Amino acid sequence: MKKKGNKSLPPISTASLPDVIFMILFFFMVSTTMRDQELLVRYRLPEATEVQKLEKKSLVSYIHIGQPTLPMQAKFGTAPRIQLNDSYRTTKDILDFVAGERDKLSEVDRAQMTICLKADGGTKMGIITDVKQELRRANALKISYAASKTLGY
Amino acid sequence: MAGDKRKVQEINAGSMADIAFLLLIFFLVATTMNVDTGLVRVLPPMPDPNVKQEDIKVKERNLLLVFVSGNGNIMAGGQVINIHQLKDKAKDFILNRFDDPNLPEKEVTEIEMPNGSKWAYPVSQGVVSLQTTRDTGYQVYIMVQNELTRAFNEVRDEVSMAKFGRKFSDLQDEESKVITKAVPLKISEAEPRNMGKK
Repeated sequence: MKKKGNKSLPPISTASLPDVIFMILFFFMVSTTMRDQELLVRYRLPEATEVQKLEKKSLVSYIHIGQPTLPMQAKFGTAPRIQLNDSYRTTKDILDFVAGERDKLSEVDRAQMTICLKADGGTKMGIITDVKQELRRANALKISYAASKTLGY
Repeated sequence: MAGDKRKVQEINAGSMADIAFLLLIFFLVATTMNVDTGLVRVLPPMPDPNVKQEDIKVKERNLLLVFVSGNGNIMAGGQVINIHQLKDKAKDFILNRFDDPNLPEKEVTEIEMPNGSKWAYPVSQGVVSLQTTRDTGYQVYIMVQNELTRAFNEVRDEVSMAKFGRKFSDLQDEESKVITKAVPLKISEAEPRNMGKK
């Protein structure tokens, strides 16, 4: 059936667009966590099959080990560096770092504190062991060697 | 004004989408998605320098020495092996199915069950000692750690299947504690040797 007037097509209603976008927004709010620090080192995590998820992010402190990122390489070279919080540090600063992180936690949670070692797969064990020794000295004994999950190799 | 009476005008919701987009983009930028995964270990506490340490004597049969050299070769129990053999080697070591006198001894330990009864299980006294040099690659180290973890996990699965009829990962909290006591994760990470070559 045809109407008499030559009406153009009604515009598509965009009323539900906000709802769609809000849905995506809530998905991202729920499934992500806040980015807390900027990386100054770059790493490719080693791969492993028997990895466990790190529970309770608030109890986890990170130590990053790897080559400086490209913009920083001009200044700091390519030797592996240790990043604590937002700057390059040496193993000597780990004691203070751990003490600082421990102070942030409440009394009950302190025993549960975990240190996550995020190190590049190509790093030598020497630097890792120095860090581990320093962690032992700082009495931060729960550690996790960060590795990405793979199905096998 | 116009002759006809109009209804109350609706609020224009056209900009709602823009607001939502703005929030969405903020969250996209400010958050990360990846979940951190890793191999969890507990380091031994630092010995007190004031107290004289007595050397803990571990019998030779109770020790599996895994040594990873600087160029990634793996030696376990005196033999050079490759990474794929390591898991079975470690499993044989932990389980010692046939009570081989060269493999670890077992000590029958009574473990308290969640329902209050006692369960006597021969707990292996074996310790896997992992040694590296200072120039061993981290990737190889993690692979070795992974294989050792896998060996322990498979043994735990076996014990748990026999005891509870379920896999270790499917157990309740208290039941998994029982299995952890029966098959403790004993990996000792010694300090590295200073020399590159053995």
